[in-house]
Amino acid sequence: MSMMLNEDQEMLREAAAGFLKENAPVSAFREMRDSNSTEGFSRDLWSEMAQMGWVGILVPEEYGGSAFGMVGAGLIAEEMGKHLTTSPFLSTSVLATTAFAKFGSEAQKQHHLPKISSGECLYALAVDEGAKHAPAKINLKAERSGNGFKLSGQKTFVANGHVADHVIVAARTSGEAGDENGITLFLMDANSMGLDKTASSMVDNSSSARLRLSDVEVNADAIIGEIDGGFEPLETILNAGRACLAAELTGCADQAFNTTVAYINERKQFGVPVGSFQALQHRAAHLHTEIEMAKAVTLAALQSVDGEDEHAWRLTALAKAKVGQVALLAAQEGVQMHGGMGMTDAFDIGLYLKRVRVAGEMFGDASWHANRIAEALSF
Amino acid sequence: MSDLETFRNETREWLDKNCPADMRDGAVSEATQCWGGRNWTFTSEGQKLWLERMAAKGWTVPTWPKEYGGAGLSKDETEILQAEMKAIGARKPHDNFGITMLGPALLKFGTHEQKLEHLPPIARGELRWCQGYSEPGAGSDLASLRTKAEDKGDHYIVNGQKIWTSYADKADWIFCLVRTDFDAAKHKGISFVLFDMATDGVTTKPIKLISGSSPFCETFFDDVRVEKSNLVHKPNKGWDVAKYLLTHERGMIGEVFGNMTGGRSLGEIAASEIGIDDMGRVDDPLLRAKLVQAEVDSLAFSTLLQSVSERAEAGESLGAVSSVLKYYGTEMNKRRHELLMEIGGSDELEWSEQNDDGQRSKDWLRTKGNSIEGGTSEVQLQIVAKHILQMPNA
Ligand SMILES: Cc1cc2nc3c(=O)[nH]c(=O)nc-3n(C[C@H](O)[C@H](O)[C@H](O)COP(=O)(O)OP(=O)(O)OC[C@H]3O[C@@H](n4cnc5c(N)ncnc54)[C@H](O)[C@@H]3O)c2cc1C
Repeated sequence: MSMMLNEDQEMLREAAAGFLKENAPVSAFREMRDSNSTEGFSRDLWSEMAQMGWVGILVPEEYGGSAFGMVGAGLIAEEMGKHLTTSPFLSTSVLATTAFAKFGSEAQKQHHLPKISSGECLYALAVDEGAKHAPAKINLKAERSGNGFKLSGQKTFVANGHVADHVIVAARTSGEAGDENGITLFLMDANSMGLDKTASSMVDNSSSARLRLSDVEVNADAIIGEIDGGFEPLETILNAGRACLAAELTGCADQAFNTTVAYINERKQFGVPVGSFQALQHRAAHLHTEIEMAKAVTLAALQSVDGEDEHAWRLTALAKAKVGQVALLAAQEGVQMHGGMGMTDAFDIGLYLKRVRVAGEMFGDASWHANRIAEALSF
Repeated sequence: MSDLETFRNETREWLDKNCPADMRDGAVSEATQCWGGRNWTFTSEGQKLWLERMAAKGWTVPTWPKEYGGAGLSKDETEILQAEMKAIGARKPHDNFGITMLGPALLKFGTHEQKLEHLPPIARGELRWCQGYSEPGAGSDLASLRTKAEDKGDHYIVNGQKIWTSYADKADWIFCLVRTDFDAAKHKGISFVLFDMATDGVTTKPIKLISGSSPFCETFFDDVRVEKSNLVHKPNKGWDVAKYLLTHERGMIGEVFGNMTGGRSLGEIAASEIGIDDMGRVDDPLLRAKLVQAEVDSLAFSTLLQSVSERAEAGESLGAVSSVLKYYGTEMNKRRHELLMEIGGSDELEWSEQNDDGQRSKDWLRTKGNSIEGGTSEVQLQIVAKHILQMPNA
């Protein structure tokens, strides 16, 4: 596949960049944060994004979407990363859409996909139960009960879990924590009896939730995919999410870097811009190299998801492993090169530092993905 | 029994009798420490008693001469005192920039009267000091500072602005660099003065940090009167004092981070939070490799500290070596805190009650300032290249 964007993709990138700059700049993020908004994103922005076809960017046309594909979703995510835009894009437009479009029954597709594209309903995916990502270790129990199932257990770090209308919960129907077999995906109404949601404010002021399920009852038609066979679909869904996060992190890295270069070219000490010191120039040039690589590996990962490549996981793991590190480095170097200013809330660089830690942690941090690559290469 | 053994036994006994129970938890964070000062509210009766008892012994500043509030202890005795305090987890009775920074500068450059006036209140924790060096236009290039002190005979009138003044809003007094000669070369027109933060014309404005807290301020001086008796060292010789103090500060910062291996190791924390595999190893091979590398660095660094401290004791003048310590110690501390965040995963990325309101991430964010405060890492490396390696200029 070509590593160049086509014309439509270039246009989408420009449109996203222009729109977010205008409607969701970093100052909007600050306002939202300082207003202690419980939702953590703007509903107005979300409906505008829906009107432009971005919310349904992965939804097939017959269900009202724009079917632009994962590269397009990544372009939007990257621009959102630059502007620190918070929205349910990852959870609804990427994770839930992938779940329904690739693994949903016809009835589920017809019911949910149009509601995604229109911006009417929000979704969340609940996977992790501990502080570190471990999809195979899912232990939240789903037991048969009448015609359906009863679910009990806990989930954590559920992006947009507090605002979603529907939650997709990965649960264990057989086997034990650590087995890839025996996992099943259940769709439930966010207002189900026994589903308790606690919103948590993260260090980057994004919102996620902890869920506690006590005998939540669902019908058999709430299952997405096959009983006990949820692990592979979950991996496919997560890979789309990881590629999207890599794109967002690339955007964060890029903007953190640009802000920093602009600052050191302005800031004078010893009568000259500090950017004129070779000590900083070399590190800026190094970061540029890393960020170029981050962009390339992200695009490769996005394309592999689009291509339904059976090795897609390798490229998404590579992207998450590499970009996670690059974004952290860009933010760390950014703070350092800002000097004291980098420690202040008034400058944006610290916001990127916090954001990349959270996005980097989600669905496997750089070490987790690097370990997977080592396993795949058998060393 | 040797004198030192007698001293050890007596110290142990005294500490055991006098250190209140709630001051024995080994806490060392900025949040738990006693800062002292006019407006200090003790967090407990124990904290108050501990400060009073230690101050009465001169043990808040054990090496300072007795007449200035210390106990005049030798290096060996001080080490014994510290070891015995550590053995029972005793907190420092109090700590602030008066003890760690101004004190050493005054002991070296102050007159007898200045020492008598300023050191005992520091020792007793009655006055809290802040450091007024950096200005908006003078950070790494500190010597370009422009806060102006006009000579009015028996006093100066000070005008200008400082920035990043840690705890200026809580401090009682400031030690401050001001320009007394605008015509001289930049290092040669600076003076070192002391004044009360309650003096007319001093205002502070807290700066909000990325961690959400506001420990430092912009500090403004508008026609502030400073008595000449509060000029330390000679007029226009303030840079000598500042340089001495910075060297001291850097060595100290390096030391603080070199001595952190005493608590739980990163490996222990990871084993308990992430879990272990069948062979008892941290259950993430890559993270384990990073953790062990960090421990190797910390342990090696503590041996370097030991060797530097012995060389200093033997009378070697170390100067720029403090930059070696400052650079390595702070960069290492940043790496350790990145690893703590990695270990903690999503649990430590929340602001919540369960994790002490995000204390680990606040600490992580705070460490980013370590390689900036007291002179940035880049500046330290420059000093090493120039003054230790004597490399040529560009
Ligand atoms: C937590 C904290 C507490 C502090 N407390 C105090 C305090 O109590 N009192 C006080 O007076 N000050 C305090 N400071 C200020 C501190 O001393 C300054 O921030 C520091 O000296 C750097 O100055 P600056 O912020 O102006 O950065 P700048 O000097 O503007 O530096 C910006 C960047 O340029 C780099 N740079 C500058 N010159 C060179 C060069 N020649 N070669 C290569 N790179 C270079 C720097 O390393 C940095 O990365 C504190 C700072 C922090 C972060």
